[in-house]
Amino acid sequence: MPTMSVTYIDAIHQALDELLAEDPDVFLMGEDIAGKFGGAFKATKGLDARYPGRVLNAPIAEDALAGVGIGAAIGGMKPIIEMQFADFGVLALNQAGNNAGAHYYRTGMPINLTLRMPCGGTPGGGPYHSQSMEALFAHFPGLHVFTPATVADAYYMLKQAVQIPDPVIFLEHKFLYRWLKAETWMDPDPLPIGQARIARPGKHATVVAFSAMVPEALRAAEELAATSGYELEVVDLRSVKPLDTATILDSVARTARLLVVSEDFPWGGVAAEVVAQVTAHGFHLLDAPPLRLSAHDTPLPAHPDLWKAHRPSAATIADAVRYLISL
Amino acid sequence: MQETARRAYKAMVMARAFDTKISALYKAGKIFGGVFLGRGHEAVAACEAVFLTRGEDVYNPFIREQAGRCAWGESVLESARSYLGSTQGYMRGRDSNIHWGNPAVGHPAPISHLGAMVSVVAGMMMAKRFKGITGRVGVLNIGDGTTSVGATHEGLNLIAVEKLPVVTVVTNNQFAYSTPNCQEFAGSLMDRGRGYGFTCHECDGTDFMETLATMEKAISAARAGEGPQWVVANTLRMCGHGEHDDAAYIPEELKAAFADRDPLSVARRQMQEAGWLTEEEAQQWDDECRDEVQRLVAQAQREATPNPADEDWKATSWNPEY
Repeated sequence: MPTMSVTYIDAIHQALDELLAEDPDVFLMGEDIAGKFGGAFKATKGLDARYPGRVLNAPIAEDALAGVGIGAAIGGMKPIIEMQFADFGVLALNQAGNNAGAHYYRTGMPINLTLRMPCGGTPGGGPYHSQSMEALFAHFPGLHVFTPATVADAYYMLKQAVQIPDPVIFLEHKFLYRWLKAETWMDPDPLPIGQARIARPGKHATVVAFSAMVPEALRAAEELAATSGYELEVVDLRSVKPLDTATILDSVARTARLLVVSEDFPWGGVAAEVVAQVTAHGFHLLDAPPLRLSAHDTPLPAHPDLWKAHRPSAATIADAVRYLISL
Repeated sequence: MQETARRAYKAMVMARAFDTKISALYKAGKIFGGVFLGRGHEAVAACEAVFLTRGEDVYNPFIREQAGRCAWGESVLESARSYLGSTQGYMRGRDSNIHWGNPAVGHPAPISHLGAMVSVVAGMMMAKRFKGITGRVGVLNIGDGTTSVGATHEGLNLIAVEKLPVVTVVTNNQFAYSTPNCQEFAGSLMDRGRGYGFTCHECDGTDFMETLATMEKAISAARAGEGPQWVVANTLRMCGHGEHDDAAYIPEELKAAFADRDPLSVARRQMQEAGWLTEEEAQQWDDECRDEVQRLVAQAQREATPNPADEDWKATSWNPEY
């Protein structure tokens, strides 16, 4: 049982280590993940030496990487493929959506492929090393899309992703990699995939968030509790597909107000989907129009000051909640 | 080689009989979606697949490899079921025409996006390597058009880097839909294979004996661990892209140049010259195959098509229980 503080990326590394140890059908493949380098974010550092021949470097070929994963899964393996950045995942979108995602429906054979994608913004990341890809991948039938927001979820959801026989898009937030720490990732009773988590109970408004927006929403909740006495209920979606609408609706039934926060661009997307679901199935529960707070509808800016203003933050979430409560 | 040649030729006869039938059904309005024939490709497809073992090797036919599917050991019944949407077929009406496969035995179901299956075949061969299975090969079919696609390059490069036992067969039928070679690529397709470091072979894909010998050499080399192989087989697409297409863009003089190079006629002549097939047998096979196609297509036509009310509309095998 670890006693030292662990980070989100430690949890991912540990999950990969255990997956390789526990299942001979698991292998890892990606750009720069093998050898002493161990990946752009070191998620696979040291694993090549521990599991020779099962942690493979690939040429720069996102489409082929995903395709190899599909083929290997057809051949009975459980590939875990790393996209170096989720932004480059668009180059694998055809294989993921049209091939892996469609495979079970077309042929009856599920594709046990896990596509790990470091996603989301960091200061200085710029337009092509910062994007959130959940909406794009979740749009395709046949893909499960996971967006862990805690150290424990990074560990358990990655292990569950490989147990699920279907393709899983595993979106790891780069900002959380080393910023998010916990005393342990061990949880005697981890939540099943597909179930959202009440990250903070409250009564005045529901804030639905996922990935790196969960810690921002929790900070906003602390600030509002301290300054205005509002108690926010923060719902962490954990997986955006499957989407746990039951937990969201239960929360809205308690609070009657909904704000959905997403780091992604505003048009379409997970926030829009949550609002649509709540409006369709819980209109009668609402005392105010359901609101969204997303990033700006521009490419992600590189300068840290612009980037901070591009994405939702604890301050803008608190501001949006005050407005929501005033309606 | 005689027995192999006979099996390959019979697969070609069966494929031609099936193509003729399915084209007729298309023109009668009995087929939903497109119909894609293999006229001009039969020798290439049959001669590659005849060297493979279903369930052990990997075979990735695509749009014009009906003869290959026959030589690989799939009944034309499965193609008929795919075209007709039978619930007894592998795709059960959820996909159709040539987009069918039986991945469990090493025959992946291709998607429409050209080049996508290159890396899938690579992955299937990597799975064999991980599992310690040796002596198996993957035969991957692409065409002149597919060589232009980015995904093709990514996949071929990966096959080269991983030194996988894959034989990539490029059937150059001179037209990608309506686009002639001169607008599709510059230089030579053989040079492309050399650029990846593949061992390269070229054959006249209308010449049955030459194609058979070339495929035997390339597939044996890959099987023996000599690395990825590249075969350029030259032919002409002797039909439209699909049966909706009259191929009016193929110049008359080109069609005339290939008038006596129909792979079926060439193969039949060569088999008889070699003493591997008598005229009586050839006639008997023609009759047998037509009868078999008639019977199997009729069977597929009698089978149930999907009932939307029974559809579960699930795109994943795992679904949360709440």
